[in-house]
Amino acid sequence: MAENPTVAAAGRPADERLQKQSGLRKLLSRPELGAIAGTVLVFLFFGATAHGTGMFAADGIMNWITVTAQLTIIATGAALLMVGGEFDLSVGSMIGFAGMMIAIPTVYFGWPVEISVVFAFCGALLIGFLNGLIVVRTRLPSFIVTLASLYILRGMTIALSILFANRTIVSGVKNFAGDSFVVPLFSGKAFPGLFVWMAEAGIIGTLPNGQPSVQGIPAVVIWAFVIALVGHIVLTRTRFGNWIFGAGGDANAARNVGVPVARVKITLFMVTAFCATVYATCQVMEFGSAAADRGVLKEFEAIIAAVIGGCLLTGGYGSVVGAFFGALIFGVVQMGILFTGAPNDWFQVFLGLMLLTAVLFNSYIRRRATGER
Amino acid sequence: MNDTVNLSTDAPLIEVRDLVKHFGPVVALNGVSMKVRKGEVLCLLGDNGAGKSTLIKTLSGVHKPTSGSFLVDGRPVSFSTPRDALDAGIATVYQDLAMVPLTSIARNFFMGREPMRGVGPFKVLDLAFAERVAREEMKKIGIDVRDPSQAVGTLSGGERQCVAIARAVYFGAKVLILDEPTSALGVAQTSMVLNYVNQVRARGLGVIFITHNVRHAYAVGNTFTVLNRGRTLGTYEKAAIGIEELQNLMAGDKELQLLSDDLGGMV
Repeated sequence: MAENPTVAAAGRPADERLQKQSGLRKLLSRPELGAIAGTVLVFLFFGATAHGTGMFAADGIMNWITVTAQLTIIATGAALLMVGGEFDLSVGSMIGFAGMMIAIPTVYFGWPVEISVVFAFCGALLIGFLNGLIVVRTRLPSFIVTLASLYILRGMTIALSILFANRTIVSGVKNFAGDSFVVPLFSGKAFPGLFVWMAEAGIIGTLPNGQPSVQGIPAVVIWAFVIALVGHIVLTRTRFGNWIFGAGGDANAARNVGVPVARVKITLFMVTAFCATVYATCQVMEFGSAAADRGVLKEFEAIIAAVIGGCLLTGGYGSVVGAFFGALIFGVVQMGILFTGAPNDWFQVFLGLMLLTAVLFNSYIRRRATGER
Repeated sequence: MNDTVNLSTDAPLIEVRDLVKHFGPVVALNGVSMKVRKGEVLCLLGDNGAGKSTLIKTLSGVHKPTSGSFLVDGRPVSFSTPRDALDAGIATVYQDLAMVPLTSIARNFFMGREPMRGVGPFKVLDLAFAERVAREEMKKIGIDVRDPSQAVGTLSGGERQCVAIARAVYFGAKVLILDEPTSALGVAQTSMVLNYVNQVRARGLGVIFITHNVRHAYAVGNTFTVLNRGRTLGTYEKAAIGIEELQNLMAGDKELQLLSDDLGGMV
């Protein structure tokens, strides 16, 4: 075709005005821009104030990297779900409940720990599926549905813990786990040889007993890296990722062109449950116990990291890379306040301000991206 | 703008006869007949509640007719889902439910039918292909998007309608159903969309154009079917009816015509 010049004339003038700012617009329309800028600021700040406190020595670095990694695991799930247009407030409770699903069968039923872990993952995926199914079928806001799950799961976690252990912690998982492969898989340290070599070469410090100050990269960091990488690829480079944007951006429009919106959303609820269970398993294997209060308020931390990372509360826009940077800001500030000796109470004040700034910034970015004025 | 059309003599792309649709006690369609041929724009006119949306939802596979016949290419069909209608080459472009505003033009263009490259489980989106095709298809209709990764929200309303139509055409639609594509647009935007509808018709597609704006209809239509209270009042070739008569038919009852005359016939 292309034989009709009059259409071209009609489309032209508005177009040309848009093109002039294309470069700036393109940069500003990256969802993770704000989080990256925030990360730079936070590093500059603590680089100046926490200098010489050990925050940037090997063990200090590993310290805030671990905090970042833990949050990255659940923030990835939260970010994908938010782009898909929904929330999951039950993430924190799911962490506690998944821990119980591992610890109770291992300690009280005599199940092999591998089976308990598989059981916990299956249970969590089922709960995620139910969350999603209820949201999709009833069309209720996911905020309310998962708020109910938050209380149900937390209540069950406490009740089951009291029922079996007569207190709010189920300990002794390590004794039952023995030398099962799941212990190093979720709580081991990777590349110990490298760190011994670095200590001998004087790149990192050594402890009084001659061991390197950092013994390896914690498994939780590897898990976080893999989950964030897979999440990023799925969101930006697969058909399913395109459907996530469609389902969150305009579910009706997506449905009209054949996107299975319900299936996409249910799958995303299962992904957040999966991420929470990875987090829980790492903690249970690390501490050898499951506590009823594990994961309290983690759902908000995950959502905060995702929002700082550029996810819109209304869905259809955001990135996993941004959520990672959101988690990094979180980890650096939380640990930085500890290292600098500032009262820990200020962390929450900072967090609130950070969240508010991020939301304002995001809504500005969205207006730029869509040309609303 | 409407040069003589090559009305083909073979079976119409879509034909319905005495279509009836009941929703419980409500009679939404009470004997509607219409047909659309290749290279023809059929305008479906009618006031609110005339049954326009029930009719298009029936044609696009959302509703099943209670009775009456529904032929595509001369063969009777029965759609159970919108997907069936799409597979039969009937694409519907809804007024404001066609595009995901925050998502890029290229991603929107291929939403639901994403191009993939790679093998086995390692297939990834072929974004380069998507962006190239989206850009070329937009260029064909005279909209120069230099950056197909920009959000659809940056396009004007008329451009969005055009992207939605271009997408349907690209994926092989034979019949386009346009649900009030111009109702929310300004003058320049409207003429852009109407021009494009005319282009699509010239390529041999059949277009069903739903509107309650007689002037928009008259600008692109070849035939006009007027609906009122679930029935077809009649179908007219363009040569056989003037814009005034069409307006009067649509207005239906005398009082509205009088009112319209009082306002100088501008409604």
